[in-house]
Amino acid sequence: MAGTVAKKCLSPLALLTRRLSAPEFITQCCYHKKVVDHYENPRNVGTLDKNSKNVGTGLVGAPACGDVMKLQIEVDDHGKIVDARFKTFGCGSAIASSSLATEWVKGKSVDEALLIKNTDIAKELCLPPVKLHCSMLAEDAIKAALADYRLKQKDDQQEAARASI
Amino acid sequence: MLSPGRTFTSLLLRPASRLPLWLGSEGRAASSQPKELIKKYVLEKDELRPLYMDFQATTPMDPRVLDAMLPFQVNYYGNPHSRTHAYGWESESAMETARKQVADLIGADPREIIFTSGATESNNMAIKGVARFYKAKKRHVITTQTEHKCVLDSCRVLESEGFSITYLPVMSNGLVDLELLEASIRPDTSLLSVMTINNEIGVHQPMKEIGQICRSKGVFLHTDAAQAVGKIPLDVTDCKIDLMSISGHKIYGPKGVGALYVRRRPRVRLEPLQNGGGQERGLRSGTVPTPLAVGLGAACSIAQQEMEYDHRRVSMLANRLVQKIMAELPDVIMNGDAEQRYPGCVNLSFAYVEGESLLMALKDVALSSGSACTSASLEPSYVLRAIGTDEDLAHSSIRFGIGRFTTEEEVDYTVAKCIHQVNRLREMSPLWEMVQEGIDLKSIKWTQH
Repeated sequence: MAGTVAKKCLSPLALLTRRLSAPEFITQCCYHKKVVDHYENPRNVGTLDKNSKNVGTGLVGAPACGDVMKLQIEVDDHGKIVDARFKTFGCGSAIASSSLATEWVKGKSVDEALLIKNTDIAKELCLPPVKLHCSMLAEDAIKAALADYRLKQKDDQQEAARASI
Repeated sequence: MLSPGRTFTSLLLRPASRLPLWLGSEGRAASSQPKELIKKYVLEKDELRPLYMDFQATTPMDPRVLDAMLPFQVNYYGNPHSRTHAYGWESESAMETARKQVADLIGADPREIIFTSGATESNNMAIKGVARFYKAKKRHVITTQTEHKCVLDSCRVLESEGFSITYLPVMSNGLVDLELLEASIRPDTSLLSVMTINNEIGVHQPMKEIGQICRSKGVFLHTDAAQAVGKIPLDVTDCKIDLMSISGHKIYGPKGVGALYVRRRPRVRLEPLQNGGGQERGLRSGTVPTPLAVGLGAACSIAQQEMEYDHRRVSMLANRLVQKIMAELPDVIMNGDAEQRYPGCVNLSFAYVEGESLLMALKDVALSSGSACTSASLEPSYVLRAIGTDEDLAHSSIRFGIGRFTTEEEVDYTVAKCIHQVNRLREMSPLWEMVQEGIDLKSIKWTQH
């Protein structure tokens, strides 16, 4: 166990210039400044009304694993995501991953949001290998929110169909 | 590939012409360029060093200890085992004085103190040494689940050699159950190892009672007293301790030195781990580093003088910290027994907030956590798991270490920052939100990841 202090880490470009045979000798003890930025100024923390039919809620992870993410999206009638909110119980990288996820889904359509991959999130935040699961959980949260939204839409359609009979 | 013993950093410090071929001509020409890849940690221009609140990890050296050590680095530099000249004699005399100072602190005879490279080596020596010496008749060793990794790992090695080890569980307050301990002693038990004060949760085991049990059953008692020596009164005769590990850098002494107390009456025999010229009664060969030994001795003698005052002060500061935090924040749990503890080690779990994110929030205070994220694996601390902490609370724990040089202002600052950041993180936490809405978190089916 060790105390941590926030600091910049190497840019990916410096890593690429090393020869592949060189051994890994840098221990990344500090956070990338992007992670720190998202952590200190998180975007879109909050809650949307989960009972609204335009809101999809994704709750992924488990407290026992130390990572729980709740991501909510509000979709307008044209299938475009107009608002997103998150709440996370997790380390700095988890908070940054979910904050970035909410930033990215805003303005995308429901289908485009499905294309967001954990590798993109990890690359953007320069996550070290030990923190890659945080980005995976963020991707799962997006998918869970979208799935919940679709489920609500399907239920609405079924209800509308039943009502019209 | 690199031969063993050479590191990449030492390679780069060589002149360019002597770099190995596999680095290529590019490596030789650009030998200055890879140096920036050796990430040197330097503070930014206006960045201040964090407040140090991690006294269980290590302690700064007391300036008086440094004063005692310095002459032996540059002036009295002889090998203490040189019998034939004054350099050796003066070093030996200093070493023996240091030995007496260590012995006085724990109520031992100087002939019972062996200098080692630290508590890890002392633990290894004690456990492996005693077990292997008596292995003809006794093949059982007992320890607890909350021991330091070096003790647990030594026991694992013994297991692979054919010994049988009992890892005693602890109760939810961190203390061992004395009846269970007594019941697990078998006729073929050679050693029982229990640490006096736990480095993660600060619980103080009932050493007197355990010593009584061991003596009555003819089992050697070893204790890892790295966190206890110099902080609480410890007497090896009183507690009937046969072996004790001492660490220099936990008692405001130098790093790289420790000691092992090995009882002479009744004699405890050990198989040495390190063989050589027979120094330290043949139990630990190798030149005793005079400056470090003198430093350890000075640290012990200072600790003996300052013990009562330090203990009062540390208790006062720790109470201040805990009372203030618990008064302002709900759902904060102290891990480990509230009474039987060393006050300077406070381990708190802040429910619904993850430990590593809190450490990041408290970035101008140097703290430690029992959270998984700060270890390489995703497993939370095994000590917290052994005391039965819920997994989510184990992820939420922070250890505050208070020591001789902690000031009231530091404690107040830490408390204020902690309260503010915990509230902020709870606002960001879905678990806190669910609890506020009245949902029972244990009833939810979480997605396993």
